[in-house]
Amino acid sequence: MQVTFKILRFNPETDNEPHFEEYRFEGHENMTVLDCLHKIKWEHDGSLAFRRSCAHGVCGSDGMRINGRNHLACSTLLKDLNTKKTIVIEPLPALPIVKDLILDMTDFYEKYKAVKPYLINNTPVTEDSERLQSNENAEKLFESAKCILCACCTTSCPSTWSNNNYIGPAALLKAYRFVFDTRDEAADERLDIIDTPDGIWRCHTIFNCIESCPKEINITWHISQLKKELSNREL
Amino acid sequence: MIHKFDVVIVGAGGAGLRAAVEIPKEYSCAVISKVFPTRSHTGTAQGGVCAALSNEEEDSWLNHAFDTVKGSDYLGDQDAIEIMCQDAPRAIIELEHMGMPFSRTKEGKIAQRKFGGHTKPEDPNDPNSKRVPVKRSCYSADRTGHVMLQTLYENCVKNNVKFYSEYFLTDLVIEDGICKGLTAIDMATSEIHVFQAKAIMFATGGYGRAFRITSNAHVGTGDGCALVYQAGLPLEDMEFYQFHPTGLWRLGILVSEAARGEGGILRNNANEPFMEVYAPTVKDLAPRDMVSRAIISEIRAGRGILGSDGTHYINLDLTHLGKKVIDEKIPEITGFARTYLGVEPTKESVPIQPTAHYAMGGIPTNYDTEVFADNKGNVVKGFYAAGECACVSVHGANRLGTNSLLDIVVFGRRGGKKIAQYLPTAEHHEFKQDPKERTRALMNGLLERNGGEKISTIRRELQQSMMDKCGIFRNEKELAENKELIKQYKERFKNISLQDKSKVFNTDLIEAIELGNLLDIAESVNESALIRKESRGAHTREDFPKRDDANWMKHTFITKNESGDPKIDYKPVVKTRFEPMERKY
Repeated sequence: MQVTFKILRFNPETDNEPHFEEYRFEGHENMTVLDCLHKIKWEHDGSLAFRRSCAHGVCGSDGMRINGRNHLACSTLLKDLNTKKTIVIEPLPALPIVKDLILDMTDFYEKYKAVKPYLINNTPVTEDSERLQSNENAEKLFESAKCILCACCTTSCPSTWSNNNYIGPAALLKAYRFVFDTRDEAADERLDIIDTPDGIWRCHTIFNCIESCPKEINITWHISQLKKELSNREL
Repeated sequence: MIHKFDVVIVGAGGAGLRAAVEIPKEYSCAVISKVFPTRSHTGTAQGGVCAALSNEEEDSWLNHAFDTVKGSDYLGDQDAIEIMCQDAPRAIIELEHMGMPFSRTKEGKIAQRKFGGHTKPEDPNDPNSKRVPVKRSCYSADRTGHVMLQTLYENCVKNNVKFYSEYFLTDLVIEDGICKGLTAIDMATSEIHVFQAKAIMFATGGYGRAFRITSNAHVGTGDGCALVYQAGLPLEDMEFYQFHPTGLWRLGILVSEAARGEGGILRNNANEPFMEVYAPTVKDLAPRDMVSRAIISEIRAGRGILGSDGTHYINLDLTHLGKKVIDEKIPEITGFARTYLGVEPTKESVPIQPTAHYAMGGIPTNYDTEVFADNKGNVVKGFYAAGECACVSVHGANRLGTNSLLDIVVFGRRGGKKIAQYLPTAEHHEFKQDPKERTRALMNGLLERNGGEKISTIRRELQQSMMDKCGIFRNEKELAENKELIKQYKERFKNISLQDKSKVFNTDLIEAIELGNLLDIAESVNESALIRKESRGAHTREDFPKRDDANWMKHTFITKNESGDPKIDYKPVVKTRFEPMERKY
């Protein structure tokens, strides 16, 4: 079948502003959007730039806006899209474009780092045994631990769009991952970090993050658990 | 720009990150990676990491070592294997202490599951009794690699490790047998950076992208191995390349052995569970080389299932596991089947085919990750390698499932420790010539070529011929043909034309450098395969179907000679306590 892609292009060396370019090619319904981008790059225009690596939704490199929805190019198949219409590909919003579909992710990673994304536990352990943890608690963390840091959620959030200082759903999800880990001893420290106007309280439960998450994580639920924890702490 | 560090690690997968965590704070350390660390290929490992923790049933590291030696078809170095298996429980517990989220037992210990090739004697008092599968693989649902990579990166963040993300390795500077530094391109600007270091570790991963159907990420282009080969240093056991039996049909996306560990069964077009014929004791949990050969043998015997595009596949039947097991134990891989093949694994079988998965061979090292300069045990001063790019050799001719994640944490740490021991007396060495020159020549050379050949076309043809002629079953005629083809691809590579001439994220140029690397890798794999006239582990010669211990129980060392052609040497296998025997399951 004939497929038409309209891709937002920007080369800082030659362009003042991003512009759309159209590509028509023969595709089939089982191709992923990433396959299509590769086809364009490898057969039509080698200068097209995008990030990708694992190509099956695990590494989180190829988050982009596909027909207005944030998603991974490698996890979106043509059969999931209306190929009778032009398919519009843009970089994720709310982060600076470096070239074509490649964004400067620095701000996103800094927010991730802000929540102290590592286990903090200063109680001595013995080298020959693990810390015990109930499977129930482990499984409570698994959904949040699925996060691949693709930035689809944070850049889909209207709160991010209106205020770039908002810490964003991805960082909050990472905070959850440790706050609710029974092995962690720094829940309070992390709760303090997110208990600010540009922290968790800028989340207005809009659900865009869930819509856009390629790993189908119920991010809003996780954020609400953190809010509950903060409210309990107040009491 | 010139950077001076005590240590530079190239690669931010499990091995590189684990090594970085080990470098003492008083030393400066940088990690260079062509992708942001959490995008590394370690993250796609699924089923688990083995250690004889005995959390679910009685086990011992000796059982693990025996299985690893036997799985390696007796080509693995037994001293290194003993170190790895003995250190495994400590390594896993350490990961847990670092915060890695594991699935847990009722008692709250790390949960374990069965995995291909991992066994123990049925009667604990009789080591020679029949061997049965054992629960040895520690796991986190089917995202073990993902959470391991995240945890290691988190610990690097905690330790303030300095990263150069999206820097692409372009040259290794070795002068007078001393490793002095390297060059890398900042992909965002195309600027060449020189890194001068007292110690350099390569943790640059594998090269599945040399093959058409692969589970490997696009980044798996063997850059580190290729640079070592180009530097005139040896690569070891390159003929041993593992095909994982269960890749999604046509796509190669990995479906972990955990699917069979949880009870999944391979079936042919008559719905027969054929692994009973090939490995009567462990059946579907036989090691990967055997299962991959069994699948291809079934297809060749006309018992594959004909797909819509004329190719054949085999069915992986998970339907009897029930929705609960599928959703809780193997959610990710069953999700892949739904997304990419439109198959509902609770109701229908998953079409699979073997997929190029893992390099047992690579940069030869001792068990402290020091890189060998030759087959006589001399090392390159200041140069280390760990992880898939390295060949210790703990995997020999065939790696057991889960041992790759174990390899990276055990030897990543050992490498870090060895470097820390070396640093107090180590020094920086001045370059004899500006290292930028060669890199500039490489980049300009590629950008100026104008013969009209497309890199994607050459790469596709190379991947197809490696798959067809240097894949699971090999023979002299096809390997010789492939050798000629690789020469032709190398000639055609001189006539490429790149469309992107820009400096910002010129991924066209990066892909061209990667293809150059893949061509050298393919040459070394094919040549090593052509020379080894026996069948052992993952290397199956139709014209030499038997293992030949008398002549071939030795490691292959391949180097480029002065004229650029490959040359072969050998190194004996280290044996400790495990006598070679026929490999039956």
